Amino acid sequence: MTPFTYERAADAAAAAKAVAERPDAAFIAGGTNLVDLMKLGVARPKHLVDVSRLKLDAIDETEDGGLVVGAQVKNSALAADARVRRAYPLLSRALLAGASGQLRNAASTGGNLLQRTRCPYFTNTATPCNKRTPGSGCSALGGFNRIHAVLGASDACIATHPSDMAVAMTALDAQVRTVTGDGATREIPVSELYRDPAQGPDADTVLAHGELITAVRLPPPPPGRQVYRKVRDRASYAFALVSVAAVVDARDGQVLGGRLALGGVAHKPWRVAEAEQALSAESRPEASFDAAADAALKGARGYGANDFKIDLAKRTIRRTLADAAGLSS
Amino acid sequence: MALDISANPIGQPVDRVDGRLKVTGGAPYAYEHRLERAPAYGVIVPATIAKGRVRAIDATAAEAAPGVLLVMTHRNAPKQPAFGPPRASARFARARPYLGDDRVRHWGEPVAFVVADTFEAARAAAALVTVEYQAETPVLGLERHLKAAYAPETINVGMKTDTSEGDFEAAFAAGPVTVDATYHVAQQHHMALEPHAAIASWEGDEVTVRTSTQNVANTRKALAATLEIPLEKVRIVSPYVGGGFGGKLGMRAEVVLAAFGARTLKRPVKVAQSRQQVFSNVGHRPEAIQRVRLSATRDGKLTGVSHEVWMQSSPIEEFAEQTASSTRALYGAPSILTRHRLVNLDMQGGEPVRAPGEAPGLLALESAVDELAHKLGLDPVEMRILNDTQTDPEKKVPFSSRKLVECLREGAARFGWSDRPKAPRERRDGPTLIGYGVAAAIRPNYLGPCAATVRVAEDRTVRVRTDMTDIGTGTYTILAQVAAEELGVPLHAVTVELGDSRFPVSPGSGGSWGAASSASAVLDAARKVKAEMARTDEARVFEATGSVKGMRETQSYKDYSQYCFGAHFAEVAVDEDTGEIRLRRMLGAFAAGRILNAKTARSQMIGGMIWGVSSALFEEAVVDPRFGHVVNGDLGEYHVAAHADVPNVDAFFIEEHDDKANPLGAKGVGELGICGAGAAVANAVFNATGVRVREFPITLDKVLVG
Repeated sequence: MTPFTYERAADAAAAAKAVAERPDAAFIAGGTNLVDLMKLGVARPKHLVDVSRLKLDAIDETEDGGLVVGAQVKNSALAADARVRRAYPLLSRALLAGASGQLRNAASTGGNLLQRTRCPYFTNTATPCNKRTPGSGCSALGGFNRIHAVLGASDACIATHPSDMAVAMTALDAQVRTVTGDGATREIPVSELYRDPAQGPDADTVLAHGELITAVRLPPPPPGRQVYRKVRDRASYAFALVSVAAVVDARDGQVLGGRLALGGVAHKPWRVAEAEQALSAESRPEASFDAAADAALKGARGYGANDFKIDLAKRTIRRTLADAAGLSS
Repeated sequence: MALDISANPIGQPVDRVDGRLKVTGGAPYAYEHRLERAPAYGVIVPATIAKGRVRAIDATAAEAAPGVLLVMTHRNAPKQPAFGPPRASARFARARPYLGDDRVRHWGEPVAFVVADTFEAARAAAALVTVEYQAETPVLGLERHLKAAYAPETINVGMKTDTSEGDFEAAFAAGPVTVDATYHVAQQHHMALEPHAAIASWEGDEVTVRTSTQNVANTRKALAATLEIPLEKVRIVSPYVGGGFGGKLGMRAEVVLAAFGARTLKRPVKVAQSRQQVFSNVGHRPEAIQRVRLSATRDGKLTGVSHEVWMQSSPIEEFAEQTASSTRALYGAPSILTRHRLVNLDMQGGEPVRAPGEAPGLLALESAVDELAHKLGLDPVEMRILNDTQTDPEKKVPFSSRKLVECLREGAARFGWSDRPKAPRERRDGPTLIGYGVAAAIRPNYLGPCAATVRVAEDRTVRVRTDMTDIGTGTYTILAQVAAEELGVPLHAVTVELGDSRFPVSPGSGGSWGAASSASAVLDAARKVKAEMARTDEARVFEATGSVKGMRETQSYKDYSQYCFGAHFAEVAVDEDTGEIRLRRMLGAFAAGRILNAKTARSQMIGGMIWGVSSALFEEAVVDPRFGHVVNGDLGEYHVAAHADVPNVDAFFIEEHDDKANPLGAKGVGELGICGAGAAVANAVFNATGVRVREFPITLDKVLVG
């Protein structure tokens, strides 16, 4: 771990300013990912600005019937919130499927979105990695890539985004609110937060240096039943091989519409408009689900050890959609 | 204590006598001992190539970093004896040099050692050491180098490399029913909760090392040999050990480097390996390919059993896991052939890991037996009972005790085996397929030479001493029980002191021989003290040293074949859409002689069974053949069972007293629990799905492909 200095910011704008002013500064909140990366020598900030004590820990209702979740709301608190459990069970389920109880108690909403890939070549400073050291190469290509991406990857990087929460938020059309060092605020759809790895995998998101996530806005929930399904190698404390966030609005055996997002398959939560359009395209729901699965995985490509994810993702999509539609056999 | 156990505590489910100390943080583990003088902190810099030489090391920045006291590399490390040939008779006692030369023999081998005032300063400085390598092309990948396989002189524990009883090839050719299946068991790691750690301090020319070891005497010998100082100048202290699993049988880098650092700086130095480092510096269970062939009559009587093994070894240090050894004694077939072959790869050598040989060997053998039972349409419990033998097929002597059939029958009854799905894919629960599996357990019973002293003070309090270790198994507790019972004093009157090389020598914790060996020595010492006390009315201190001879000097180990037995039953659910396998429940029935503590023994069995679940479903260290490192080298990606994976695991013992084993009639239980456990899970997966996965761990992708 490289030695660093530390400060606690007084408010969000001051925090953003403090980081923006120093290229080697970083925000720290729960630290559940950043501190690990610092110990491994993967992240080497010289200055940390602690945002965990900022008053960004409220969950407020919006006039349109949605919620605004403060960036410092802990994962465990968000999962347990009665309004979230009632209106956004997808989000609650996704949160509880992630990490462990201890980690969820420490991890923040903003930090969860910004956690970095668990690609083992990224976290090992002795192996080439374009995300860690641009231009050094991608060791996951031709290496052990069981947990890697089958969608949206590039020859520069095939890492996946590890979050479960972000997958649910993507399906729910969540908006990320930020503040920059000069005090400007903006709102970015979660679906547009993550950068395409072909544009250079070293930067994960479109956020500028010093741009701080202050909240996540959840629009009113879409109609339909919400289901989050995480497929993993063990029952707890494992990242998704594939996860599916599904919302299906079905009445009398007919699917009227829905949402679909995938985790564990790409550098970001993967949502495909064509797949959602396919949900209600066929008169027979099962045929719609097949079409949605095919559309969601369109262009998928395996890299050896992760070839199985393509079929696994389709199977999990079909099943999860059927569950959400109440049509499971 | 409410129980009237002071009169007869052996066997009672007594709570751990050190339990309160441990859960309140009062039991110091290796890194936690407080010395009078504040220690300096050492951090190991590992090699990042698999093979080659260190061409240059630039330690300038590290040496100039704040708080740094010492940067040691091969250029300034003390002279040490050579490691010697790959094969050594006393492999745990020989010198183990570190930073001895510029060679890199495997990824992760220490190439530098940084000591600083604080751990953080040492770690930061370690990252500043730059190493330039002259890399050579490493030989990596077991399957692609099978042609280079060779037969070792012997395999672990001095067992025969190959055995052949009867004419297996003729039996197999004659059939009429045969199975020929090849299994693959991944490289596995010990993953003790407590990583390897040591604190070294010198007083003049004498060094004391507080460390985490399974065997104090081995560590003492190895350190004396490495430092080239007399044995008497070395003291090893290891009162509490946070798990061993075979990874702490011998001395490792942290002990040697702490001793060097402390000697150079004239100040105590403490070193711990990181979780990532223990993946490349303390050995592992080598990856192995196992071919099992069985032939049987149509009614299920085995006519031939063959078990051939190819596994990774290292040109530095040979280790041959006794993978096919259980096959020599489990079933009474008229022809049995076993064979072990090694393939040298540029990696660290293998080490014993949780029932070395027996655990991976039974994964394969007991899967193959299930395949045969399925082929024959027989109940796999009944087929195993049909092939039971009361005479060791290899040694041609009777078993000291063998209650495999009782374990199978009683276990089946309690598990509800009669209700099992008879055919694959027969039972469903919602979107999952339900399967039942069974497997037999067998593990040798060992006895090591051991000494202990028992001292009775004037106030009738008792002190037991031996250099035996308690690696979390309950040694403190059982030794207190044995002394209390023999001397007729309450349990709380007995204090047990372990893990100090100043105490009488034990064989340490390993091979599941700790309880039988150390408890026999304590029993002997207690009997001597009691005899002495009976001769006089004086109120004085009584003390005696007791001992037990090792199995090699004990006639009953020649006259009888000594094993422990068991049977595992597992129920799994497999999601038909995703292939996810989840254990629903598991039951183990075991016969392991007299049980010294019903509670700690059961805990050990359950722990072993859970490791068995892990080896069947989760554990796999992936070595990248381009680099030679374990890719998934941390506990986030090297999966072992989490709590949610083992919802309902239970174990019980069949009443047994093995008077051939030792004066207590007890046998080793530690590793019995894992033996066969994984196969029961694998067989349940087959019963659920009809898919036979022969490559362990059985992950969901393999089930879906099948």
